[in-house]
Amino acid sequence: MSENPEEVREHIKLYWKIGGALLVLTVVTVLVSFIEFGVPLTIFVALVIAATKGSLVASYFMHLIGERPPIYWALLLTVFFFIVLIFIPILGHTDTYGVHKTVPNANAPAAEAQH
Amino acid sequence: MDIPYVVQERPDTGLTNVKLGIWLFLASEVMLFGGLFSTYILLRVNAVEWPFGADILSVPIGAFNTVVLILSSVTMVLCYAALKLGDLDGYKRYMGLTVGLSLLFLVVKSYEYYDKFSHGDVPAASTYLAIYFTMTGLHALHIVGGVIVNGYFLGPGIALWKTNREQFINRIEAAGLYWHFVDLVWIFLFPVLYLL
Repeated sequence: MSENPEEVREHIKLYWKIGGALLVLTVVTVLVSFIEFGVPLTIFVALVIAATKGSLVASYFMHLIGERPPIYWALLLTVFFFIVLIFIPILGHTDTYGVHKTVPNANAPAAEAQH
Repeated sequence: MDIPYVVQERPDTGLTNVKLGIWLFLASEVMLFGGLFSTYILLRVNAVEWPFGADILSVPIGAFNTVVLILSSVTMVLCYAALKLGDLDGYKRYMGLTVGLSLLFLVVKSYEYYDKFSHGDVPAASTYLAIYFTMTGLHALHIVGGVIVNGYFLGPGIALWKTNREQFINRIEAAGLYWHFVDLVWIFLFPVLYLL
């Protein structure tokens, strides 16, 4: 953040606006969840709104806009490994989709009833 | 011996050690929560049936806590801005609000947990509740950590302002980055657990 008091005051106004946008998007998230889109589209819409809110927090509150290159490189590497972390276990179970036999959900009442 | 580059930026990275250190810590936190989100997806896509979050949890309470955390993120960034303006009273006011909102979040979360436990909805009751308590419990522990750190900077830690203002501002920036990350995690936890 700048050391110039005038610029800092401008930033403060921006923080309030971003806070307001985050609150509005929270209301939108809840309202959208009541619309019957079907599960895949509902998940997609909810995650798009969450990602928008998350990017506002990271960009403005965490000052990622205007951050130094080493931070971007560290985060780029993190994003890569995060994607690996999310998808590798899922891809490892593609042959069991719809079978539900290797699932570690023995406690789920609905699953027990099916077996 | 003093720790180097606490206030001055390193010539090669253009960053202080504090800034680089907190971002690397947050990167490790992304992987920690990423592991749990990955677990959630794996359990959900393989489950025969998955409950609708709103049928088990209270959406108004979850939404209220989301608003509380967003407001605490706003007050946290205003702490940093107040220090940049040399306004220590403003800093104390906003940091007090941040700690207060954090405690309010924990009180509401405790009520939610109490309500669930009193109805027999314990982690062992279902896979959904197991992953719900694991993810929100770990997140709540992060909130507790934030309250301790921010409480320290509101209390005894504020003495540094008198001796080394720049270092104090850098510490608040690092504490703020952590706090915004905790808010960011909840922004994803709320729809995933309560609305989907």
